[in-house]
Amino acid sequence: MSQKVLLTAKEIDIILHRLACQLIENHNNFNNTVLIGIQPRGKYLADRLASMLKVNYSIANVQLGHLDITFFRDDFRRGDKPLEANKTHIDFIVEDKNVVFIDDVLYTGRSIRAALTAIQSFGRPKHIELLTLIDRRFSRHLPIQPDYRGRQVDAISNERVIVNWKENDGEDAVYLINK
Amino acid sequence: MSALSVNHLLGIKYLKPDDIQLIFETADQFKEVINRPIKKVPSLRDITIANLFFENSTRTKLSFELAEKRLSADIINFSAAQSSVKKGETLIDTVNNILSMKVDMVVMRHPNPGAGIFLSKHINATIINAGDGAHEHPTQALLDCYSIRERLGSVDGKKVVIVGDILHSRVALSNIYALKMLGAKVMVCGPKTLLPKFIGDLGVLVETNLIKALNWCDVANMLRVQNERMEVNYFPSTREYAQQYGVTKALLDKLEKEIVIMHPGPINRGVEITSDVADSSHSIILNQVENGVAIRMAVIYLLASKIKHS
Repeated sequence: MSQKVLLTAKEIDIILHRLACQLIENHNNFNNTVLIGIQPRGKYLADRLASMLKVNYSIANVQLGHLDITFFRDDFRRGDKPLEANKTHIDFIVEDKNVVFIDDVLYTGRSIRAALTAIQSFGRPKHIELLTLIDRRFSRHLPIQPDYRGRQVDAISNERVIVNWKENDGEDAVYLINK
Repeated sequence: MSALSVNHLLGIKYLKPDDIQLIFETADQFKEVINRPIKKVPSLRDITIANLFFENSTRTKLSFELAEKRLSADIINFSAAQSSVKKGETLIDTVNNILSMKVDMVVMRHPNPGAGIFLSKHINATIINAGDGAHEHPTQALLDCYSIRERLGSVDGKKVVIVGDILHSRVALSNIYALKMLGAKVMVCGPKTLLPKFIGDLGVLVETNLIKALNWCDVANMLRVQNERMEVNYFPSTREYAQQYGVTKALLDKLEKEIVIMHPGPINRGVEITSDVADSSHSIILNQVENGVAIRMAVIYLLASKIKHS
């Protein structure tokens, strides 16, 4: 097993600032925009971006939610491992809102497909965008592309991209692991 | 741990504490789902479930049916009253006929203790016991413990008294197993005639004085007197039972501390509890009903995830 650092803490910080600025460009003061972190790993990125928008860019009211897609996945009973559910926390409705899905890695696109179905339980959004830190291109199973991407990566299928967050893993870093 | 240790839910006694924990954690997520504007998830869209009720039920049947629908399963319903059972068909024949219509899971209530266990040995489908005679009613015990956990933070170390007709109650037996597994202290209380002779062997305290029992407990689970299962008189009159073992507002006010009142339903108002108790802030009876759907969704979801996709 070999391991390569794709992004260091410093690089991640720079990318997060860029992504925050790109979001501001399209969503101004976020009056009609909500950020939705996709559980389990997208929530760290969503939390980070939301607090960055508040602290560094003085955007007062950023609405943030976490969406669990477990019950909407298309691989129920198909894998060896049972699917474990996480907490959904959305205390607003998304009817007529601009929704930004936030996830750490975009790979096959199936999670986002599930998220697109799951979010409908909270209303009919006006517009949905996708932000990912890592975009693994050439590996999509579905016609889904990000609107905001941190870094594009060419990884073959037996490689894995691991995103670590300070809050959960003790460091900010992105690794490419060859199994 | 992320999978149940069992392939059927036949009774609480076949579960491990980790199983119950997993069911509770999954139920937490489903409780959030059933409070959304749209209360349905598509997880079980390729699973078919047969609800076989060989005995009357309102609450449990509706709760299971709703749980299955919220998970997008296809369901068929069967009640013995309008079926070929009356014409002399055996249980295995009835169920095998239903299974040949490609059913993956069977939810069954049956008047005979052990009916679910018997069926699980002879047919090829996941079985959920929705009550078998005076034996077990596992989903009721799970939702009761879940409701205690929700109200009091945890079940561990809590004192729970089960009051009433213990002799004929599957709810009592399943509750005793589940509560003890989760670390609660359990007492049963009722007239001597309605307490099974060796109930103490299950590791529960036995008390015939209601006031003493209520002063001891944090939670009182009031059972219904099951007149339909009584061939002889176990107590002189309903009026006398209500006087001795009925919980009234006046009785609750006299206690040293506030206790939680539970009831698995259906309530005989004025017998085991009065209306002002059932509708008071002590009572979590309606929370139990809401939690019932979440618990049953969790059980069905976790068992369905063990059915291999073909």
